[in-house]
Amino acid sequence: MSEQSKQFWAGVRAEIPLLIGGFPFGMIYGALAMNAGLPASAAQLMSSIVFAGSAQFITTQLVRESAPGLVIVLTIAVVNLRHMLYSASLAPYLASLSTRWKALLSYLLTDEAYAPTVIHYEKEGITPYGHWFLLGAGLVLWMDWQISTALGIWLGTAIPESWSLDFALPLTFIAMVVPVLKDRPAIAAALSAGVVALVAYSLPFQLGLIVAAFVGIVIGTVLEGRKSPRGTLPPRGTL
Amino acid sequence: MLLGGLITFGMRFSLIYLFGRFDIPETIRKALHYVPPAVLSAIIFPELFLREGALNLTLDNHRLLAGILAVLVAWFSKNILITIIAGMIALFLLQFFL
Repeated sequence: MSEQSKQFWAGVRAEIPLLIGGFPFGMIYGALAMNAGLPASAAQLMSSIVFAGSAQFITTQLVRESAPGLVIVLTIAVVNLRHMLYSASLAPYLASLSTRWKALLSYLLTDEAYAPTVIHYEKEGITPYGHWFLLGAGLVLWMDWQISTALGIWLGTAIPESWSLDFALPLTFIAMVVPVLKDRPAIAAALSAGVVALVAYSLPFQLGLIVAAFVGIVIGTVLEGRKSPRGTLPPRGTL
Repeated sequence: MLLGGLITFGMRFSLIYLFGRFDIPETIRKALHYVPPAVLSAIIFPELFLREGALNLTLDNHRLLAGILAVLVAWFSKNILITIIAGMIALFLLQFFL
């Protein structure tokens, strides 16, 4: 197997639990969109074009309340702010790609594609075919989202809530984040971000997530800067 | 809707594109390593600790219990699949027997 397809299928495999966890959300979105009076074609197109779960949920809500278009677009922008963080985080690994590749991968860059990809990249570093991993993860999630949306549109929320399939999402994130917590700054970043996320949860438009992430990132970076003078390696970038 | 799609795409594309064209300052490069633990925890914590928008630290919060178990399993096994299966089974059992 070529190195490209090896990376591609590794991305697909890493994505599988997130496919299961994400499926009920796609169906709920489809059902909600029907409820809000969106035409089936528009609901499905939104999944193909916007391809961003939480933004789509909020858009559906706003359509139901017949909010003006500008409000909807601005809301989508704020809700998706975290994607800029993902974009920044993956940028060093994708720097050498052509603009066309970058555009394709950006289109596929969701929470669920970002998580396994960044964990994979942190482990392997910059490799010549690493972008195929993100392509595999993103593409298979895209298909998952289209199919689950379509099923939600036609069948409603057919998966019983008591199955708790959606719990597979936080579980997968747990399984991915715990091995990353190798030193004090990383643990502090994770804990502080988690606590702030709880405190700031009531902020609208997922702003709590952004605030929490920034607090965690700053705390991790500051702690790393502090401990490094005693370490064996000179602190990179502080000179 | 097209605009919504364009904005979503624009935000995802923005820094991948910009950072590709300019050198990334070392401090930012360092800070970027903390994006995964910070973002993932910020997603995980509310899923576990909050039930219907309110902090729930009681034994009724099955997701918190199953989540804590999953953290332990992840810590010792370092295996994603085992962690997910353990967490799902724990949640099922808690839901049925508590």
